[in-house]
Amino acid sequence: MAKITYKHPNGTVTILDVEAPNTVMRAAKLNNVDGIEAQCGGSAQCGTCHVYVDAESSVPLPEMDPVEDDVLYGTACERTEFSRLSCQLPVSEDLDGLLVHLPEAQS
Amino acid sequence: MASHSVVVVGAGQAGLETAAALRGRGYEGRIMLVGDEPSGPCDRPPLSKGYLAGTVPAADIALRPPSFYAAQDIELLSGDRVASVDRERRTVLLESGLRLPYGALVLATGSRPRTLPVPGASLTGVLTLRGLADAEDLRLRLSGPPRSVVVVGAGFIGLEVAATARGLGHDVTVVEAQPRALARALTPQMSARVVAEHRAQGVRVLLGREVSALYGDAEGRVQVMELGDGERIAADLVVVGVGVLPDTRLALTADLVVGDGIVVDERLRTEDPDIYAVGDCARFPSPHAGRHVRLESVQNATDQARCVAAAICGEPYAYTAVPWFWSEQYAMRLQMAGLTAVHDETVTVGDPDSGRFSVLCFRAGRLIGAESMNRPADHGIVRRLLTTGMHLAPDTAREPGFDLKKLPRTPAASPASPAMSVPA
Ligand SMILES: Cc1cc2nc3c(=O)[nH]c(=O)nc-3n(C[C@H](O)[C@H](O)[C@H](O)COP(=O)(O)OP(=O)(O)OC[C@H]3O[C@@H](n4cnc5c(N)ncnc54)[C@H](O)[C@@H]3O)c2cc1C
Ligand code: FES
Repeated sequence: MAKITYKHPNGTVTILDVEAPNTVMRAAKLNNVDGIEAQCGGSAQCGTCHVYVDAESSVPLPEMDPVEDDVLYGTACERTEFSRLSCQLPVSEDLDGLLVHLPEAQS
Repeated sequence: MASHSVVVVGAGQAGLETAAALRGRGYEGRIMLVGDEPSGPCDRPPLSKGYLAGTVPAADIALRPPSFYAAQDIELLSGDRVASVDRERRTVLLESGLRLPYGALVLATGSRPRTLPVPGASLTGVLTLRGLADAEDLRLRLSGPPRSVVVVGAGFIGLEVAATARGLGHDVTVVEAQPRALARALTPQMSARVVAEHRAQGVRVLLGREVSALYGDAEGRVQVMELGDGERIAADLVVVGVGVLPDTRLALTADLVVGDGIVVDERLRTEDPDIYAVGDCARFPSPHAGRHVRLESVQNATDQARCVAAAICGEPYAYTAVPWFWSEQYAMRLQMAGLTAVHDETVTVGDPDSGRFSVLCFRAGRLIGAESMNRPADHGIVRRLLTTGMHLAPDTAREPGFDLKKLPRTPAASPASPAMSVPA
């Protein structure tokens, strides 16, 4: 179980208790968190599950693979050093306390 | 709010996303989602890929878990069909006898596979692939020892099934009537590369060849396929992937305008202001095509669902999203952006021989889309260029060393760009 916080551009937050196996994307979809579209269902094709990991976050994340890196070139909102595809972030206890910021638009 | 209740007909991708997007926007009325498939809304793309291969578990096929519907107060009626629409009284009648009232009605009835118009097409072992039940059946048949599998149609679904079946060790033949694969969807260059990969993987790809008949054994199981030129091919299993037809049956009985799809305006509304159509079944005016089109993709289903949810919530906006599509075959990641059928110039970036390249398509000097093989950055960047309307000239793309990744993001990045709102 991990507590994951999604912060919307307008400042509101959604906090979810997420069980493994899951991804940060899937947890958002299951709970109808507006702002994650995830059109490709998590196959790293669409870039519509883009999130910004909080800059202060000390939660350890998996390294980005080359496909994720490539897909992030196409996101609707600016890519930053904090950009990740939420479908490529599997949830484990390690992610407990993760805060992600949702972009203004996904497509 | 425009209406106190919404009935969505068809619990596929477009129907489910409409219901979810309505709640996501804060719609407070009643939402009823009726689907004739016994399973709840499922993700179709894995049905010809990971699910068929056995790498994606059944649990991941459901678009949402069962708990989602209660939590979002969406009334999901599975295994029931809407039989008729009473536009005067604004109700729909289900086959179970239930009558549901609507303020707004959304037709998300999808499409159904075409069948083969040849003798023997109804033999056992001749299958089409659309729903979870079809995929389960096919998966079971492919889980045994190697057999002769013949795929009719070299479109995306046919080629994905061929790739999956080949990956499972079967003997695979693809028969396509057109002189090239994916003729409607891809440039000759890209389709040739895709076919080359299938052949390299040991699939027999027959182009410009037509099926004339299927013959079975004494028990009525398919055994042999005959082609128009007389060639006979052993076939223990035949998968027919020759395209789909929009499901317009309900729209026809409701007296709505239909013609290769349910005809809607740029807000996805039929001529009845309370009835919308979304997804595979909708024929809409596309600014990207410059005419009415019907698209069969997850992107189209989900983006149209959001557009209709907005319209029902009284925030009318037009459906203008950039069309895109993906396919996975072996290790090939194919991605298409824009509508490229009518182009007059192409520029290839990357190296086709290495299997990592994109074909950029132009019309009258303007970029209208791209096809990419194993170049996801190109795909995403082209989608963004099309969305923002940024100009890219073919001559620029032809310059040595040209790299889409090096283009500026937008003509004028506003200082209040979302990246800035991230605490740094
Ligand atoms: C095997 C396969 C692989 C695919 N792969 C990809 C891919 O890789 N990428 C991509 O972008 N797209 C892919 N697609 C296409 C994509 O899945 C479709 O475009 C999308 O599902 C369309 O959604 P829809 O809701 O319009 O239709 P559907 O998902 O077909 O849903 C329509 C539903 O309505 C039901 N229905 C019809 N009439 C009634 C009625 N009167 N009452 C009740 N229910 C009714 C139907 O039974 C069906 O369940 C694939 C499709 C298939 C079949
Ligand atoms: S869901 Fe499509 S890239 Fe993550």
